[in-house]
This record gives sequence, C-alpha cells and structure tokens, in this order.
Amino acid sequence: MTEIIKDARVVDDAWQTLKLAEGDAAETVALPAAPTLVPLAVWRARRDELLARQTPFGLWLDSHEGPEEIADDLKHFALVAVNFPKFADGRGYSTARLLRERYGYRGELRAIGDVLRDQLFLLRRCGFDAFAVRADKDIRDALAGFEVFSERYQSAVDEPLPLFRRRAAGEPSHG
Amino acid sequence: MYRYDSIDRQLLQERVAQYRGQIERNLAGTLSDDELRPLRLQNGLYIQRHGPMLRIAIPYGILAADQLRKLAELSRRYDRAVGHFTTRHNMQFNWPKFEETPNILAELSEVDMHAIQTSGNCIRNITTDKFAGTAPDESSDPRPIAEILRQWSTFHPEFSFLPRKFKIAVSGSTEDRSVLRVHDVGIELIDAADGTPGARIFVGGGLGRTPLIGQVVREFLPRQHLLTYLEAILRVYNRYGRRDNLFKARIKILVNALGIEDFSKQVEAEWAHLKDGPATLTDAEFDRIAAHFAPPAYATLGDDPAEYASARASTPAFAAWAKRSVYPHRVPGYAAVTLSLKAPGKAPGDITDVQMDAAADLADRFSFGELRVAHEQNLVLPNVRQADLPALWAEARAHGLATANIGLLTDMICCPGGDLCSLANARSVPIALAVHEVFDDLDYLHDLGELSLNISGCMNSCGHHHVANIGVLGIDKNDEEWYQISIGGRQGNATRIGKILGPSFRADEVTAVVQALVAVYVEQRTPTERFIDTFDRLGIEPFKARAYQGRDRRKTAHD
Ligand code: SF4
Repeated sequence: MTEIIKDARVVDDAWQTLKLAEGDAAETVALPAAPTLVPLAVWRARRDELLARQTPFGLWLDSHEGPEEIADDLKHFALVAVNFPKFADGRGYSTARLLRERYGYRGELRAIGDVLRDQLFLLRRCGFDAFAVRADKDIRDALAGFEVFSERYQSAVDEPLPLFRRRAAGEPSHG
Repeated sequence: MYRYDSIDRQLLQERVAQYRGQIERNLAGTLSDDELRPLRLQNGLYIQRHGPMLRIAIPYGILAADQLRKLAELSRRYDRAVGHFTTRHNMQFNWPKFEETPNILAELSEVDMHAIQTSGNCIRNITTDKFAGTAPDESSDPRPIAEILRQWSTFHPEFSFLPRKFKIAVSGSTEDRSVLRVHDVGIELIDAADGTPGARIFVGGGLGRTPLIGQVVREFLPRQHLLTYLEAILRVYNRYGRRDNLFKARIKILVNALGIEDFSKQVEAEWAHLKDGPATLTDAEFDRIAAHFAPPAYATLGDDPAEYASARASTPAFAAWAKRSVYPHRVPGYAAVTLSLKAPGKAPGDITDVQMDAAADLADRFSFGELRVAHEQNLVLPNVRQADLPALWAEARAHGLATANIGLLTDMICCPGGDLCSLANARSVPIALAVHEVFDDLDYLHDLGELSLNISGCMNSCGHHHVANIGVLGIDKNDEEWYQISIGGRQGNATRIGKILGPSFRADEVTAVVQALVAVYVEQRTPTERFIDTFDRLGIEPFKARAYQGRDRRKTAHD
C-alpha cells in the first residue's frame, strides 16, 4: 500500500488520484471503486453522481485552479489535495492558506505531485497536514523536513501570530 | 544598527544546518542537481562560468566593521582575496569551492551574516538609501522598515517559490537614492497631512528585457498596514504572475497586462481580507526595531571646522576628493563619506581583502564602526566628523579608496559580465577599464561634472544601464561581443529609461563613442548644465549624429 505523511507520521493510504489522461473526458471517465481524489473538471461534470455514490471521494486542485472554485462545496469532500506539478511552482502555498484561512476548510489538506522533503516545513506552515511525498523518495527521510526551523517570523496557518506579537507577549518558543 | 537576538541567531544556525544537509545529500546523490538548484540559489550559490559563485547578503546595505573584517578573512581563506559589491548591496565571492560553501555560511553566521534569499524566485535582499539615517533631506528613516521587511520576508511560508525574483526598495528622503522606481515594489516613506506615518507604494518597476518604471498602486498606506498590503500584492502575483515564460514572469508584466487600475483593484480586494489581521504592524514593534537605529553618540560640533577648511585650501587633491566624496549630514560637524571602489585599472565594485580590512579600520576610527554599501558599488562611512576628513582621506588614499570620482563618469556601475557570469553576452569589465583609461584626467572629469555611465553584460541589466545617462549593454552578434549604447537615462525621482542610440558598436569603438557623446555636451552646454540637462534640451539627434559620424552602420537583426 502507498504511504503518505499525515500529521508528521508515515501512514498507509488507500486513496487513489484520478487524473484525466489524454482522450479522457470528465463526463465519461470511469470512477474507481476505491476512495478517489477527483479533479475539478470531474466534480463539475458529475457532482450528483459523486454525491450519490457510497465510495468516499475527495477533490484535487491543480496549481492553476483557485480555491474559490470549490469554496461553497468544501463540505462534500472527504479530503482536498493540491497538486504541485513542479515543486518550484508555488501557487499551491497560496491555495492552501486561502482554503484554511479564508474558506475555513478544516479537513485533511494534502500536497500531491512533486512533494519533497525540503518543502515540507513551508507547506505545513501554509496549512497542509498530509503529504504524498514523491514516490521515488524515501518518505521516512522526508520526515526530517519538518524539523528545520524552531521559530517563524510570519503569521501563517500553523502559527497565526507573527513573532513580533509573541515576542511582545513574552512567549516565543525560546530565546 | 540592528543587533540579532537569540531567536535571529538560532534561525541562522538552523539555516546553515539545513543548507549543509542539502549539499551533503546532493553529494551523496539523494538530492538531484535540479532539486538542489532552487535551494542553493536561495542561499546565494550560483554555478557560473568557472565554478560556483556565492552571493552574500548585506541587508539594506549596512555593515559593521567586524562584519567587513570577516568578509576580508573569508575572501582570503575561501576565495582569491577579493570580493565584489553588487548593485543590490550584496557581496559576491567568485571562486569558492562548492563543498566549502556550508563552512563559509557557518563562519558568516558567527557575525550574524548569511546569504539568505540573495537569489532564487523569492523576496530578495531589501535595499535602501546609502545615506539612510544621515541625509538632510530624509523625512523618515527607512532602516527600521527595511529590518521589519527583512524579518517578514525571511523564509516566508507562502512566497518562497514565486514566478520570479522579487525586489523591494525602501526610501524615506525627498530625493530617491534607492532606485525604488525600478523595483518590483518601491516603498517611499511619507507622512500623511495629519502626520500619520506611512508610505506611497510603487509596483511593477524593473530593468531587464522589458524596462519599466514602477507605477503608484497606492498613494498612501498607513505604516501599520505595510505587511498585510505587501502580502496582498505578493499573493496576487504568486497566483497570477506568469510561470510559462521566464522573460514574462516578473510582476511588471502582470501589472502591465492588467493595467495598474485593475491590478490595484485585485490587490485591494485581497487586502480587504488581510487588513487588520495579525500581521498588522504594531507601534510597539516598530519602536522596538527603530530603537536599534538610534543615532550614535554624536558630539556637539560646528560645520566646516578650521582643519577641514584649511586642508581644502592648502591641498587641491584633498579639495577635489572632498567635493566628490563628502556628502552633507543632518548633524552639524559631520559628513557621510563615500569610499570609491572605482580606481583606475580596477573592476568597478571589486575590493581586496586588504582594502576591506582598511575600510573596517576607517569605520572604527572615524564612523562609529559602521559602513554602508551603496548601490553604485561603493562603500560609505555614514558618520564622519568633518574635522577628521583630512586624516581619513590620507588613509583611504593609501589604500586606493579615495579616487575623487564619485558621481562622475568613471564612477561606473558595472556588472561582472562575461569574465565571470554565465548569462553574459559580452564582457563588461574590459569596457569599464577602457573608458576609465581614456577619462583618467581628474581635472577634465571634474569639469564634465555629474555623469553616470553604467554597463551590463546582458539584458538582465544587473549594471542598471537603462537608468544611466550613458548606458552600455553587451549583446552577442554571431558570437562576437557588440555593445548597444543608450543615452538619457536617469535615476532618482525623475527615473527614466535611456534611449538607444541606434545600431550597436564593436568593443573597440565604445570609448570613442563615449568621447563623441561627451564632446557634444562640452560644445553645447550652458554654464549650469549637467550632461543630462544638455541632453534634455537638445534631444537625442546631435548625440546620435556624432556617435555615428564616419561609421557606416546598418541595422541588423541583432540590434
Ligand atoms: S547583467 Fe547579465 S552579464 Fe551582467 S551580471 Fe547580470 S546576468 Fe551577468
């Protein structure tokens, strides 16, 4: 079974990600019987069908797809994922913060695609709590990516108060 | 200057450990070169023509004497005993060994220095006025805001993988000396009519392939909203800036595509959600940071003391130097002094280890132990007693730091170009040296007066050639080095992009063309005109005609 990182631990994962291959149409592509992350186009084309099925489903956004597209639908998804086609494509960081901070999404938020150890710290700061580390990488090794910095200057999802506000209140993590 | 506390230091240590691990994993084969690339760039490490280049940050250009000594020592131990100052207050080492770069960063961290975000598609080193805190025309000290922005931008969780690099400049004076209008964001600190501190925000300026002057996106932003407003700008850019074409990925392209009004609307809509949130700056935090920049213990002195006046009267070489290198100070009896890194025969902005040590000693003796890096690639001693100027001059001169050419034609801004940079189309340093050789007569230079000549080795425009009175740009024509020359650019409040004269020139023609342009000025000027004023009055034609006189030049596809 595939493994992912969830809440900073390696766990088994049964979810499949449905990607539209060349020639696939959102309207007709076969939906797997397993729990599946569907792309936005499939959710739009087959909303009622997905909601009627017994199989859990989630939604994945590609890097160019904004969270406002699904803001009103979040309650229907067992999980939401954001794809990183390349790790240097940083749009997903904004997507994650918006889902958490603006649209109030509380469920699992998973980074998929080119997800690597050296980005985990920042991804978590932006609200991701699950990470499908790229398959050719050692997922246990990637866990070290969370242990990089002991403090943060800015406010973000993991720490809403910027360091200067916590300093003023006398409670930064150390120092 | 800002003193790191235990948290700042801890983060620096952790950054070094992170980087060391990344380099080790790369050498061990578990982190590919492509995966390492954006990571090492965010620590200033390039792989260049002859090997690695390390770009060390000098946040908003402020250096303590001990930090400069450290740079001198590191340049001796890890490089060829020379460093190069860039137009963005950074220092480049051109010959470090790849495996040794973690050690260099570890040693830098001992003096609270680093190479964080000196490259890569992230928020880069914040730049400002070289005379910050001392200039008579300054209404707001830009240093506290620059430090607040340094902390805010360091390892920003959301904006570390932007479409492209992002440069911010801050200025608080009447006349802009930070070229803020050609930055991705320019922050001009101003007070509202009722005294509320704040800023005018420019966006979308930049040089490079598509040079553009920044536009005002907000006339007045109260200071406490600075961080949330910047986050709104950056979020719009991060989400909608182009990522399909490297040359169209800067924010200026997005601003231009949307138009400033639409862009501004998008930013305001985003900001409506962030405004008054936790990132809102507090007065307490501003004051805490500002306290680090409290004025040094100035003595009560008068302007133009006898020692200074008599040295000027008795020593013409000193008087010439003082005229160019001594800048007025807000405190009576003090001056800001520019140490020229534009000596004849030297690559502009280069400084040897011995000079670094000497400049550090001068700072300790004469300027409360502090220096500034000017974007024109010189050093500044910000707080010198006027009475000390003769002694300072004598020592600076002994170390080749007192060329009397600040603001003159040979005070050229020049990028490293084809000698070192792998992106170059042509070499730039040999052009600078050749021009300097032709204009080596100081009396003549002084007579020509203020004139900026900047050189870039390619369209990336690190040498700011677009905003120079005379700009030189290296281009590659069928594997030969050619140079396109522009005229009429300027920096400051009236920042303007120069106009291209016409078809480009061979390397061996450039000095003659510069001489031709200067000759038109000398013949046509009125007694009070600077080069740029004569250009503004006459327009490009007479300059163009003289530059191409006797040259048969047809436009080619490369021009
Ligand atoms: S302008 Fe071009 S050649 Fe010069 S340093 Fe920049 S990238 Fe290199």
